[in-house]
This record gives sequence, structure tokens and C-alpha cells, in this order.
Amino acid sequence: MLKTSAAVNGHVTTPSAVERHPWTGRRHVLDLDDFSRDEIEEVLRTADRMKDVLARPIRRVPSLRGRTIVNLFYEASTRTRVSFELAAKNLGADVVNIAASGSSVEKGETLLDTARTLRGLGADIMVLRHPDSGAPYTVARHTDLSVVNAGDGLHAHPTQALLDAYTIRERIGRIEGLRVLIVGDILHSRVARSNAWCLARLGADVTFCGPPALLPPTSVSDHDRAPWPARVDLHLDHAVEGVDVIMPLRVQLERQDGSRLASLRSYARDYGINRARLARAASHAIVMHPGPMNEGVEIDADVAHGDRSVVQQQVTNGVAVRMAVLYLLTAAVRAAAVTDAEEAQKPAAKSGNATNGRKA
Amino acid sequence: MTRIRIRNGRVIDPTRRDEVIDLVIVDGRVDGFIAASETGEFDREIDARGFVVAPGFVDLHTHLREPGFEDKETVATGVMAAVAGGFTTVCAMPNTNPTLDTAGDIEFVLAAGRKAGKARVIPLGTVTRGEAGKELSDTAEMAAAGAVAFSDDGKPVYDARMMRYALSESLRHGKPVVNHCEDPAIADGGVMNEGPVSDLLGLKGMSRAAEDVMVARDIELARHTGGRLHLAHISTEGSIRLLRRAKRDGLAVTAEVTPHHLTLTEDWVVAPGGQKNGEGRPAAVQYDTRAKVNPPLRREEDRQALIAAVAEGLIDAIATDHAPHRSIDKDCTFDEAAFGISGLETTLGSLMKLVEAGQLTLPDVIRRITLDPCRTFGLPFGSLAVGAPADIVIMDPEASWTVDASSFHSKGKNTPLDGHTLRGQVVMTLVDGRVAYERGGA
Repeated sequence: MLKTSAAVNGHVTTPSAVERHPWTGRRHVLDLDDFSRDEIEEVLRTADRMKDVLARPIRRVPSLRGRTIVNLFYEASTRTRVSFELAAKNLGADVVNIAASGSSVEKGETLLDTARTLRGLGADIMVLRHPDSGAPYTVARHTDLSVVNAGDGLHAHPTQALLDAYTIRERIGRIEGLRVLIVGDILHSRVARSNAWCLARLGADVTFCGPPALLPPTSVSDHDRAPWPARVDLHLDHAVEGVDVIMPLRVQLERQDGSRLASLRSYARDYGINRARLARAASHAIVMHPGPMNEGVEIDADVAHGDRSVVQQQVTNGVAVRMAVLYLLTAAVRAAAVTDAEEAQKPAAKSGNATNGRKA
Repeated sequence: MTRIRIRNGRVIDPTRRDEVIDLVIVDGRVDGFIAASETGEFDREIDARGFVVAPGFVDLHTHLREPGFEDKETVATGVMAAVAGGFTTVCAMPNTNPTLDTAGDIEFVLAAGRKAGKARVIPLGTVTRGEAGKELSDTAEMAAAGAVAFSDDGKPVYDARMMRYALSESLRHGKPVVNHCEDPAIADGGVMNEGPVSDLLGLKGMSRAAEDVMVARDIELARHTGGRLHLAHISTEGSIRLLRRAKRDGLAVTAEVTPHHLTLTEDWVVAPGGQKNGEGRPAAVQYDTRAKVNPPLRREEDRQALIAAVAEGLIDAIATDHAPHRSIDKDCTFDEAAFGISGLETTLGSLMKLVEAGQLTLPDVIRRITLDPCRTFGLPFGSLAVGAPADIVIMDPEASWTVDASSFHSKGKNTPLDGHTLRGQVVMTLVDGRVAYERGGA
């Protein structure tokens, strides 16, 4: 069991690296709160190259040949799962898809036992979607798999945030200095959380807007201690004024029991994105949505499918961005393995270094 | 006649004595105190130079898990952990399987405790049958059989009507009703304290209001019934405020607080030690399930309010809420993990942190885990009065040691303190004048 903090988080420092690649030492993509601006920009640059690959007649490169990637999904998903699958296949990896239903999970196998089993079967990278916040951290801590978080509970969805950043940059040309408004059920949104980290790191000014009961409690009542780099505004008509990006979140109907929200009608009236509200944003403003959409609730159909909507682009970019993430992660892990092997060959010169949480 | 002399220790007997003197035990009872220069014939002499000699600790809140959850703890392993932690008496919670609902159930645990030896085991009975909250248990019958108090711990008594009549029943036998104060509707399935850390980690928060609201309810019910209420493991600034008012009003209300709520905060869920990096953000996110406990670890303000309340004597007892679990109950996602910390063996070391920080004195700490809890539950222990049972702990307040949960006597290795260095260690524990534990011994 790996216990050191270095192994748990993304980074392991490699003191000997001369020209440090931004991703040097990274073993997992768990959230973006531990990503430097440089690391995020490396994803965006690499995704540009992946887009070029996707534009070719044969949309494949063999970068991940011989690697096995397991997509382990404990929640329903179309776009994220397919997007990861295509990304891995485009890079030549062997891909195994496992849904919780129909697997040994139904026989009560625990997440960790399942992860260890898949590691034993030869998986190198696990792409994990799980309803419990922190589940990818549990796997990263207790196994030596490389873990990519494909959405954990209410916590994080880092590749969604990266593809959102990529899409914004593609459409508007920059991220630095933009005003981004994320609207809706922030409390239950892993997309909002990861986007706040990512966009703020890239220099955007992020605002959360939603009904008080659907905002994270500290954002409303203890604002000085709210953990994210985001402002809070309870009033959409005020918050939307002049923004560059509007991102309505899906109202998670399955979580609404009548206690936090009077009705969808009440929500749509005060927090729905419609033409009138869009008109108050900047003239070049774009509308994003992580999907799936409830048209007529958080977003009107004409906005969802209008010329400001980049929803389709987000989906398309998802493949290139996930190719970039898998590519960079594999390269970083491979480089770490080479470094470890070299270290191991040096006779006891740096014996104190051998136990810093990296696997040999 | 067996005569034992404990030499040269600093004897701290709350409200009575704090001096370096020799303690004499005869036939399992405190016989008296003599100067080092006095001579005499003894069967055993124990050198306690540089150590503190105090009454054995008394825990009002221990989960021994037997019957029913013997894979987590048994009475036998639990009492080993107790004496290793300096405890000579533990009050066993009734949320076993089956729950302790009848005189027969109480007698079973008393017998298991006698069989295990080591420490005294005194069970609590349930407030409602099966802790289901539907019908009252026969607390009078259990009290007669030896139950020390009544609790549905692990769960609150949710139904206010049930709590009202349970408090009325307490007038029949004088034993406290111990409530785990948490309004389930407000707690709403939360897994940690609601606040910046739950927001950061995307974990469902339990609002402090869940505790405050039920503490307020129970205090008012105690006021109206005249019943005897004990608040288990309170953890919020709000509870302290309400308790202060209740005591000022002269109500029969007492309260306990745990070592973990006095020493740890919600930041420990992020990572052991709750370390932050330069930006004030957690350095390495770990979702440490070992810091998942109910009530949850709270904010620093709450912790400070609890410490201040202990220092001023508002809190009646420090109690462990020792909650042993299997590794599989913690090696899982945070949502899936069981609530609870294995606490008996780290209590002294934890509380010494507060002494080191200058927030409590050593005599204060000793008093809150000996004399005061005994008064709270009406137990005839917790002092070194002449003639009292020789339940004694000898401790080295300076000894520094590293917590190695795998070497715990408890089956529960679940502590966020694993690997941390603590100061203050139990050297020897005596129960009825017999050595029940010796550091480095078998």
C-alpha cells in the first residue's frame, strides 16, 4: 500500500530532471486543484495536435500501443464514456469497458477489490466514474494504477473542465481576463468545481450563480472561507451582465425532492438561460452546457441550439482533450519508470530517495 | 494480606492531592500515603519516580461491540485496549446485536466483563427496544440489573415524545438518558462537517444545526420533565452555549466531549494532520476515512469552544467514544466508510497535547477522565480516597511515542493518528490493586 502523500496526489518531485516537462512526476489526474497553469496549457497545446490527428483520413496514432486502459463506470454515461473510449482507441491503446451493472460489482465486490483485480489483469490506467466523491483517490491510494477521474460524486470532473477550457479558447481566442458565469445547482456539480479551478488558474474571473439552497453552504453563509476561486451571486439578472461565457448546469432532477427547490418552473423563471438573459451578456458571449440538457429548465431550446451555443463543439473537443490527457499521463508515468530504473541501477548512491512513494 | 507501595510518584488525586508521595495499597484498596523516608514491609514496590500516579481513567462511552460484532471488538480485546490506555472502568454502549434491551442482556455484558478481567465493564441499556425508537425499553429493570445509564447511541432518540417519556422514566431510577444529539432530517445523510472542507471535497455535509437543534430540544424536555439528561459527545460551539444556559438554570443536564473533538478538526478529513500548503489549501487530498466520525470533526472555533468549556468545568467528562472497526470498513470510499475512531489507546497522548499547549492543566485533564465522569454517572470510582478500590494509573507525561495502530490491543486499528507522535504514555494500570497492564510487558 502506498501511503506517502506524494503518491496520493498528482505529483512526485524528480530532483534530477533537467528540462522539466510540465507533467513530470504526475501519476494521476484526480482533479485540477493540484494542476499548475503550465500543466493545463500543456493539455490545451497537446489537444491541438490531437485535433490535427482527428482531421486526418486515418484518425490514429500508435502512441499508446501496448497499454491497457480500463474504463470503469459506476454511473450511467454516454458522452464521457464513449469519449474516453474513442480517445484511447485513437491512440492505439487496448480498451476495456466495464459498467458496474453486469460485473462482479453486482456480487458485492468492493471498488478496491475490483481495481486490484483489473490491475492484476494488466490494466495500466483506470478511467473511473463513481457516485462517491473521492473514489478515484481511494483507488490511487491503495493500488498502483494510474487513475483518471471521469467524474466522482459531487466532487470533480477534470477532463470536462479541460475540454471546456479548450472550447472557450478555441471560440474566443483566450481565457485570461474572461468573465465566466456558471449557473445552477453548484452544490451537486462536479463540473462547476473543476471548472472553477481550471479557469481561475488560466486567469478567468469565475462567478457561481444559483438559488441559495443549491449553492455550497460556505458560498452563501461563510463566504470568506469558501474554498474555490469563484465569486457568488444569487441573482442571475445581475450576474449575467456583460459576461463572456455562460454555463448553465443540468438541474439534477433525480436529486430534487422538493426541499431545496419549490418547482422547476420557479427555477426556470429565475435561473433559466433564455434569449433575454443572453442579450445582457457580452455581444460575443458563448453558451456552454456539460450535458445532458433539460431544455426549458436551465436552458431554453432556442439558446441551446442557437448560434451562441458551443454544446456540440464541447462534445467533439472532448475526444481530443482526453487523447491529450491519456497521452501526457502515459508519457509522464513512462518517464518516471525510466528514471526509477536508472536510479535502481546506481549503486546505493541515493538510497534515501528510493522510498519516496514512487514505484520501481 | 498483600501490600504494594508505589514510590516517589507525583500523586494527582483530583480535588484532594497533588504532591510527590508514596501510595500504599493493601488488599486491593488504597490504604494511605507515606513519606519516602518511611519504611515498611511490602510484597511489591513500584518505582514511579518522574511519573504521575492518578486514579484509573473512567470512560463513559465505549463501544465494545459484543455481542454481535465480534469481528470489530470483543469485551476481552476492548478491556485490554482500555487498560493499555489507562482506563480501569469502561461504560459499554448498547448498540450491539442484539441491542442491550433487557436485564438479561445487561447481565451478559457484566458477565463477559468479569470473565475478561482487566478493567471494570459496566453496560448501558437502550432507551428504546432495538434502538428502533418505537417503544421504550424497560430501563428500570435494566437499572436494577446494573445498567449505568441508557442510550440509543449510534442513533439519536428522534421521536420527541419517546425522549420525553424516557426522561420521565429516568425519575424512577435516577440513571441518565444519554442522547446522541443529531437531527437526522438536518444531518440529511451527511458524512462530515458541513463547511469549507465538505464544499472542497464534494462530500455531503452535516450541518452543526443538526446537533444544536437536538441539544436544544433535549434540554427543554429535561426542563419540562425534570428528568436526568446526559449529552453524548457534543461537538459544536452551539451545544456549549445551550449547555451553559441549561446549567445556569439548574437543570439535571451533563455533557461529555471526546479527545478527538478536542484535538482534531475537519481538516483532518483532507489529509492526516490537516496540513496546508502555502496557499492555505490542503497539500495532498486524501479523503481520510479514518477521520470519519459521528459527530463529525468540526471547525477550529468549535474545537476551541470545547477546550474552553472543559477548562472552565462546564463539560462534565471527557469520554472516548471508542468505536473500533475492521479495516474493510475504512478501506473504501468516504461515503461507504463506517463512522468511528478507535480511541482508548490514544486518549492520554491526545489530551497531553492540550496540556502542552497550555490550554488545560494536567490535574484538569485527570479530573475530567476520573472523578468527574464518576460523579456524572454515579460510579464509586475515580479517586484515591483511603479505602477506595485501588484503580490506579501510573503514567509518564514526558514519554514521546509514535502511534502504531497495528500494535493496538483493540481490534480497531482505525485512527487518523496512526504514525503521529504523541507525548504522554501509560506505564502501568492497576485494577483492584492488581497489575492489569504494564508498558513493555506481556
